[in-house]
Amino acid sequence: MSVVTDNLGFLLGGLLVTLELTVLGFIGALLLGTVLAVFRVSPVAPLRWVGAVYVEVLRNMPLLTLLILVVFGLPDVGITFSLFTSAALCMAVFGAAFVCEAVRGGINTVPVGQAEAARSLGFTFTQSLRHVILPPAFRTMVQPLVNIFIGIVLGSSLASAVGVSELTNRTQVLNLQSAQAVVLFLVSGAIYLAIALLGGAAGGVLERRVSGGRGPR
Amino acid sequence: MTAAATRVLFDEPGPRGRARIRIVTVIGLLLVAGLVALALYQFYRNGQLGRSRWLAFVQPAYLRFLADGIRGTIIATVLAAVLSFPLGVVLALGRLSRNGLLRRASTGYIELFRSIPLLLLIYAFLLALPRYGINLPILWKLVVPIVMVNVAALAEIFRAGILAVDRGQAEAAAALGLREGTAMRAVILPQAIRLVIPTLVTQLVALLKDSTLGYVVSYPELMKQAQNLTVYTHLLVQTYLVVAAIYVVVNLLLSRFAVWLERRLSSRTGSRAARGRAAEPEGVPQTMA
Repeated sequence: MSVVTDNLGFLLGGLLVTLELTVLGFIGALLLGTVLAVFRVSPVAPLRWVGAVYVEVLRNMPLLTLLILVVFGLPDVGITFSLFTSAALCMAVFGAAFVCEAVRGGINTVPVGQAEAARSLGFTFTQSLRHVILPPAFRTMVQPLVNIFIGIVLGSSLASAVGVSELTNRTQVLNLQSAQAVVLFLVSGAIYLAIALLGGAAGGVLERRVSGGRGPR
Repeated sequence: MTAAATRVLFDEPGPRGRARIRIVTVIGLLLVAGLVALALYQFYRNGQLGRSRWLAFVQPAYLRFLADGIRGTIIATVLAAVLSFPLGVVLALGRLSRNGLLRRASTGYIELFRSIPLLLLIYAFLLALPRYGINLPILWKLVVPIVMVNVAALAEIFRAGILAVDRGQAEAAAALGLREGTAMRAVILPQAIRLVIPTLVTQLVALLKDSTLGYVVSYPELMKQAQNLTVYTHLLVQTYLVVAAIYVVVNLLLSRFAVWLERRLSSRTGSRAARGRAAEPEGVPQTMA
């Protein structure tokens, strides 16, 4: 256990990087993904195509491939970001494809009648999305979004394969220097488990909050 | 019927609406063209568009190198699938078991392995366990962690499938005097597995993505072979783009196949409601990484 207590600051620093990657990646994914979802349901055909191609490409690309392409490939064409920025960017760009589908899935669960009612009241496309469709859609989106959050937490570990010094990376570095290898991995695993459980619990609270009062409990 | 909501969000546009859509369409097309042009210019300015830099990939030697990688990817993926699918069924049965201890153990395993990163587990097999005398061959240092993690996701898929089989089937089996185990094996499971086949194909995509971590353990699958190739050629952006395209095409075909299977199977059995429920675990965290 001493290897953990001796290097607590180092490990917690790694946890901080993991959390930063996750939070930045998740927020970026939410923003970009929502825009893409609006693209995918919009009346403008080229926007729909952009959304569809983006989702199909990014959802079918392994995250590690994306990371390596961005970190090692982009400098070749004169685009250089810091390692951390590249990794955060990848998490956001990758997560956005899944957020887009979650949002679109949520929109699709709203009964047609609601959209028709909004239209017959004279709401425009944006107005009916903002005031009528998205609020109830958000309720069904919470669970998929929580899954995406956990996916980004776990996915951020891949940044260690390209050299970002986050939790998984620091675990592996410490492991090389110490004799108590298994303890390190158990502690890191427990930390990831805790993040995932907390994320799930927060999602549960949010879900109840969002659906509170309306419909059958 | 709800699926049509996306089409109902806007009216059949009138003349002004059509004009506005036309304008946005033109702007959108111009933006897309602009982005593509910018990307190409960026490639050109850095001398990455040279013929020789791309034609390298039709040389037999390069192709053979990448083909070896694809073979490695297929071996790792198929091996992981063959091992994790049956284990997933076993774990699902464990979670649904009447035995409290077994049920709790299975649930614990599923929750745990759905929440820790695959890479952490791979590092443990790669760096930590050899010190305790557990030193697997390289392929297995990749496949065993993949199986351990994916079994958890698969168990949830099979469980959803089993729960989606109509209750009447279990009741009919009981009425015929079948024991519980026999009923599960001969009546419920075959139907449950049929229900989740499309989801299993989707899960193959996840396994294929996981196999890219061969890069970390130095198992020569496509990602690692690509890196080896760049060491000799220094064609970084080209090689990784080609490899990314290969992954996207293969996974896209698998995903499309899953959708096709889904449609085909549901039109046959006609139990759309059950299928809808079985398809739920889509988007489990593992499908992402």
